[in-house]
Amino acid sequence: MSVGAPKIPVTVAEVVTVTPMVKRFRFVRRDGAPMLPFSGGAHVVVEMDDHGTRRMNPYSLMSAPDDTSGYEISVRRDDAGRGGSFYLHTHVTPGTEMVIGSPVNLFPTNARARKHLLIAGGIGITPFLAQMAALQAQGGRFELHYSARSSDLAAYADDLTARYGDRVHRYLDDQKQQIDLANLLPGQPLGTHLYVCGPKGMISWVRSTAHALGWPETAVHSEEFLAPPIGAPFTVELATSGKTIAVGPAQSLLEAIEAAGVVAPYLCRGGACGECETSVLACDGQIAHNDHWLTDDQKASQTRIMPCVSRFAGASLVLDR
Amino acid sequence: MVLDFNDETFRGDFTYRNSAKAIARFPFPFPEDSYMYSVNMEPHVPGRPGSVFEHMFDVDEHYVSEMRDRAMVLADDPLRCQSLPHMALAGWDLLELIMVSKARDYPHWFTLTRDGNRWHWINRPLQIEQKFTFLDETTLPCGPMEYITRQTQGDFTLQDQRDDNLWLEAGMVTTQADWSLDFDIGMSFHEWHAPVPLAHELRVFDRALKFLLNLQLGAPVRRFNWTMTVDPLLDTSPENYPTWGPTKTTMTEGTIGQRQHLRVELQTLQRLPRSNAIVFPIRCYLIRFEELVSVPKWARRLHRVVRDIPDEIAAYKGFLRNKPLMLAYLSQFDDGASTSPGFWPD
Repeated sequence: MSVGAPKIPVTVAEVVTVTPMVKRFRFVRRDGAPMLPFSGGAHVVVEMDDHGTRRMNPYSLMSAPDDTSGYEISVRRDDAGRGGSFYLHTHVTPGTEMVIGSPVNLFPTNARARKHLLIAGGIGITPFLAQMAALQAQGGRFELHYSARSSDLAAYADDLTARYGDRVHRYLDDQKQQIDLANLLPGQPLGTHLYVCGPKGMISWVRSTAHALGWPETAVHSEEFLAPPIGAPFTVELATSGKTIAVGPAQSLLEAIEAAGVVAPYLCRGGACGECETSVLACDGQIAHNDHWLTDDQKASQTRIMPCVSRFAGASLVLDR
Repeated sequence: MVLDFNDETFRGDFTYRNSAKAIARFPFPFPEDSYMYSVNMEPHVPGRPGSVFEHMFDVDEHYVSEMRDRAMVLADDPLRCQSLPHMALAGWDLLELIMVSKARDYPHWFTLTRDGNRWHWINRPLQIEQKFTFLDETTLPCGPMEYITRQTQGDFTLQDQRDDNLWLEAGMVTTQADWSLDFDIGMSFHEWHAPVPLAHELRVFDRALKFLLNLQLGAPVRRFNWTMTVDPLLDTSPENYPTWGPTKTTMTEGTIGQRQHLRVELQTLQRLPRSNAIVFPIRCYLIRFEELVSVPKWARRLHRVVRDIPDEIAAYKGFLRNKPLMLAYLSQFDDGASTSPGFWPD
């Protein structure tokens, strides 16, 4: 019952080096039509043909949500990853034709919040760039606390200070500066919502600190896309399609299913949205559940799997797909 | 204009009628000879030319009279249109969606000219012309959702998405099948569906909610719902029950063909871009039994659906009492012949 949104054929209009590690890519529609506006926090899936390997990675949209002339993403190069960001950094230039998905928002601002407290770590700044532009246009109250390794790696920090003034607070690791969360959180007005996007450690630090201080779960929001991890190859039987497929070390199970010509639903491809959830019909071995979606009980039962990020080791795995 | 739109009433003397053209394009909701709840959603993509699926928002011969009826309902009860403060942006999303769609699909009736945020809207059937600033509520005579839904057939609700749920927090509801916006506003998805029998046990709403939470921008979906209504009354609301509830008890063999109407809702759902809210347009189409049985396939099938429907569902839809009368009338048109698959007339 999955209904796919139309994909968007785009041309890369601009590639800008933002920091030694980050490049910004601007996409415009090949047919010259305007993009749809989007909501701050939305991401798009960018499709890449990386020398025969089809990659589909999610990136937060960072351009102003009402700028319908194009969409922009910022990508941090990850040399240890599977290669999506490396491909974008090294092979994508102005004029490159690509395909992106329609925007999907798994990290929206809460429209009822009285204030938005935004906590960013490193490249986790990107969804907040779009959110702040939208909040500014709507007269929303917000405050950004942005932590980066060093001044030259703090992408967009100077622009943000110029635009939003003292609502932007910057913290640099190499200056031994750290967000003083324990004092920041208790001082917030009632109705404040807290948002965090950054490395895994930062997200769990912010969430656990807020929890310990009695913040309601529904007022704390985080976004972490998991890159599908590299792992040992394994084999999976797709019962409905009658196919047996091999999943390579740098390939996700979802990518292997797609490469076999089997249509499977997806949205975020990062273990967060639940769209690709698949029934496990038989499992003789151990599923490595890498997602944020299934409950601990579901994971332990080994009856469901999120093929976008999860892997398997053992004798046999049979999926209802 | 006179040729395009009927001059008719949905109250009092009930002069509402479907022309032969309107009957032929009526959205008959039963693709087979039986009915059970299902999520039954499909992509809301442009459909067969001339059908109610041809365009994103169907404008038909009843447009002008329906908008006149809506204005009367609102004059009597302004709470039929409400929008909680945080839903304003979703209202603008809806205004944009409707204006852009109608100007594209019916350029002879609607024109939208945009210069940045300075917009100029012309609605010829309703003789409205408005220059305003997009996203500036002070430049419209009322809020954006109310403004555009006073000019668009069908009820509308706007759902905010948060906490892995949908919250009904704005709407224009004047053509409803016995539910109240004023009662439901602020409720979550399972709360406002709580009165529906059987479907909860089938986990229909759990699956529907999961589907809707991931509804994608640019990928609207649609489904049908239906019920039965005595007389062509659009406003069958709980607020108004004393005026229409008792009419069920006045039905006779002699009047059922003329007064009993099949009420079909074409429900669509789509993600709104700026607000990430979901809009739920509920478009009501009414057809009297006499009109419906002019299509032999529909007459046979409606007889079988009504005959075989579980009593709980007939009671929830409010026609259990008159089911025997309906069957007596409809059975005259069911010779037992097989029907072709799908809902289109043969």
